[in-house]
Amino acid sequence: MDQLKPHDPTMMRQTPFHSRVARACEINQWDDWKGYTTPLAYTEVEQEYFAIRNSTGVFDLSPMTKYHIGGPDAEAFLNRVMTRDIRKLKPGRVGYTVWCNDAGQVMDDGTLFNFGDNNYRLCSYTRVMDWLQWSALGFDVSIEDVTADVAALAVQGPTSCAVLKAMGCAGLEGLKPFGLTHFDFEGVELMVSRTGFTGDLGYELWIVPEQAELLWDRLFAAGKDLGIRATGGEALELARIEAGFLQAGVDFVPAEEVVRQGRSRSPFELGLDWLVDLDKGVFNGRRALLEERMHGSRYRFVFLDVEGNKPAEHSFILKGRKEIGIVTSAAWCPTAKSNIAFAQIDARYGKAGEELIAEVYYQRELAWTRVLAKCRVLRSPVFNSPKRRQTPAPDY
Amino acid sequence: MAKNYDAIVIGSGHNGLTNAAYLAKAGLNVLVVEKNPYIGGATVSRQLHEDWLYSNCSYVCSLLRPEITRDLELPRHGLQIVPYGGSLSFCSNGDHFGDYPDHERQYREMARHSVRDANAYERYAADVMKQTRLIRRFLLSTPPDPTSLKLRDLREMKRMKDAFTELGEEGLADALRFWTMSIGDFLDEYFETDVIKAHLAGSGIIGTALGVYSPGTAYVLLHHYMGDVDGTVGAWGFARGGMGAVSAALAASLQSFRGEIRVDAEVEQITVKRGRVTGVALTSGEEIKADIVVSNLDPKRTFLNVMDSKDLPAEVVTKARNFKIRGSSGKLNIALDGLPSFNGIPSDSPLMHTDMHVLDSLERMERAYDDWKSGTWSQDPYVDMLIPSLVDPTMAPPGKHMMTVFVQYAPPKVRGEEWSDADRDAFGKTVIDQIANYSPDFKDLILHCEVRTPRELEAEVGLTEGNIFMGELTFDQLLFNRPFPGYAQYRGPVTGMYMCGSGTHPGGGVMAAPGANAAREILLDLRRPAMVPEAYADD
Repeated sequence: MDQLKPHDPTMMRQTPFHSRVARACEINQWDDWKGYTTPLAYTEVEQEYFAIRNSTGVFDLSPMTKYHIGGPDAEAFLNRVMTRDIRKLKPGRVGYTVWCNDAGQVMDDGTLFNFGDNNYRLCSYTRVMDWLQWSALGFDVSIEDVTADVAALAVQGPTSCAVLKAMGCAGLEGLKPFGLTHFDFEGVELMVSRTGFTGDLGYELWIVPEQAELLWDRLFAAGKDLGIRATGGEALELARIEAGFLQAGVDFVPAEEVVRQGRSRSPFELGLDWLVDLDKGVFNGRRALLEERMHGSRYRFVFLDVEGNKPAEHSFILKGRKEIGIVTSAAWCPTAKSNIAFAQIDARYGKAGEELIAEVYYQRELAWTRVLAKCRVLRSPVFNSPKRRQTPAPDY
Repeated sequence: MAKNYDAIVIGSGHNGLTNAAYLAKAGLNVLVVEKNPYIGGATVSRQLHEDWLYSNCSYVCSLLRPEITRDLELPRHGLQIVPYGGSLSFCSNGDHFGDYPDHERQYREMARHSVRDANAYERYAADVMKQTRLIRRFLLSTPPDPTSLKLRDLREMKRMKDAFTELGEEGLADALRFWTMSIGDFLDEYFETDVIKAHLAGSGIIGTALGVYSPGTAYVLLHHYMGDVDGTVGAWGFARGGMGAVSAALAASLQSFRGEIRVDAEVEQITVKRGRVTGVALTSGEEIKADIVVSNLDPKRTFLNVMDSKDLPAEVVTKARNFKIRGSSGKLNIALDGLPSFNGIPSDSPLMHTDMHVLDSLERMERAYDDWKSGTWSQDPYVDMLIPSLVDPTMAPPGKHMMTVFVQYAPPKVRGEEWSDADRDAFGKTVIDQIANYSPDFKDLILHCEVRTPRELEAEVGLTEGNIFMGELTFDQLLFNRPFPGYAQYRGPVTGMYMCGSGTHPGGGVMAAPGANAAREILLDLRRPAMVPEAYADD
């Protein structure tokens, strides 16, 4: 037998669920997500997607970047970093938020968990340690990267509450959206938050890595008759486009990584106005955002319902013959049965209901077709399940 | 009767050959004269030990302009550049920092030292890329004369202004900082870990008689980041067959246009009559006539050695005297009986294929510079070492290896005295001892070692003081100030005389841009069609 290489911390990492993930991944579709071996798909993308929409999909989100932020000034510090008023985020609650650089350009979005007593967890797609430390000058806070210390699963879909109750999370149906609660799991604490990236009823489970495999096993045993299924990155991508969620690095370039002048975006330009509280006092980027409010934005973020069934990936958006923007994410959405695109267009266009044109290219057996597809600006994302907000949560 | 040439190029370094190739391509009768019995200048592969090939001056390739490589059909003439990825710094405590070419792997390794630094690297990389993009677009163009009202200069000044404007307020401020700051100060703004800072700072001092905290070294870093291999900006590669493969391909290209090369032909003087060049006189006494003489020598050698100061404006002589071209580097080329092992690095690690360094703090790097200032070589030297034979099978017999070791710092004179053979040997020993600190079996594997101090580099290659860039890359000597104000457009002070070496814009490194840019000006003066390609768009 070949000798195993000595452990090299620079090589690909595996999540705490890897033994289970690897067993479930039957089609060898792997990806590198932040240095972790993660599946793009386990069995078949569409079936996985429909588990999210029809029963329960389980997604290993352990590679998600996670920071613990604590110390006497944690709330004040986070209020300084985030565009939202963090003082309004009560203990036991989770908030979706964005943060900007001093030029008011979005660095990333993420979720912030308030554990009480000035203890928070920030989950983000990009890494943000440098910016957090940079912004922490003058604040008495501690910031720790706990990515590898917390195993996390997203359990999403109409039967997700029932699955978790069957696993022993008694009374979970009473947890409100963006609430968090704790259960005992084999002598360790299992944190459950009613959060997710799918726009439906769904939870995220957080546990120490040592109990990860057991959690997976119990979860799948509990969900056996409730349609539980492991879901990979591609199914989640479909769900998040349908639900209208932005992805850093796809729908915007994290502001401090931008090389070319003007390629970053403000929260207003990404349709995230509702996350910006200009009245809460000083925060990173406030001055620039006030200015933008006064003088107007350069771009407008819109959801488009595109005619036909060809996803408008990488399309130019036209008004008449004039090029006014580009598509950043696009997919045929299997539940909403619509062809959705996220677009960034010249701010002068894109009022709800406006008709635009997407220049769509698609290929069939090496033949390319160009379609000028009509599209309509939507008021809101196409998938908007009432179960997402329903409390007590339904069983299916 | 001796043949008459349209143009004579002095020196067969890569810029001389590039210049000559374009002139020949444009239909001129061109002769390149070379003092050594072999071509290439500092772009050579030499067999100094049995079956080993040494890239015994320049040793890796990134800056060579892809437009020229393609236009002169260098691949058809045998050139292959094989990229290598990453780099490595050893720490004195047995640890190391491995700069992997894969972004995520690099993050994990950096985070092993500091999570914050690993994340700060994104900001650093973006900021550096902004600045390299600014410079890259001026590499393959003639610097404008900022005081001229010629349409061409005005247009080029406008292009420059537009490029700066495009950077935005912050980028513009950064550009000025970059061109004037020290690399140490710059890195201190991003990173907290000593070895990471030291690792990145190396590119700021290579070939430069300045320390990591000397203003101007941040630009030198950009100079090492602005090249590319196959469009990957900042990447470096090996020329298969050593750097001599670059010269060989350029020479073959030149010859395909019926250009000629004469080796063992050292120029004594550029001959001038009534303010016009008439050709060159060789040390052999032979005179060769041409209306155009292009010097690929450095500005000091050009104006102080091979030209008569009586033929020159006094101002030019003075500027040449004052030109900063201080020697600061040495080089060891080593034949190894096998692959050395390095502390903490498995022999099959991809890091073995990268450039390896030894100093683990800016403090040690600054001290290494202090030795240079005191007139001696660094007792704890910085090295940039590679084992090209791991990638290139032509460099050493199977199982054996060739190691190239660039050393910073080595002074042009040792405490004011010329280098002696004993000094050279002691310098070599210092470097070998330094490497052995990190490689326990290194010394036992050495079969042959060529040690080159500034003395050898000057005597053999003809680089004044052994300065690898033909003049320091500080802001006072860049762009329309290179080599000196008023002479940055490759034209000398005498009609028919031109400069095409690394002492002209955009400076040193195996880039071939000075040679090509000079050819563009010569052909313009001759009212010949433009031959030199436009730079690729870099958007």
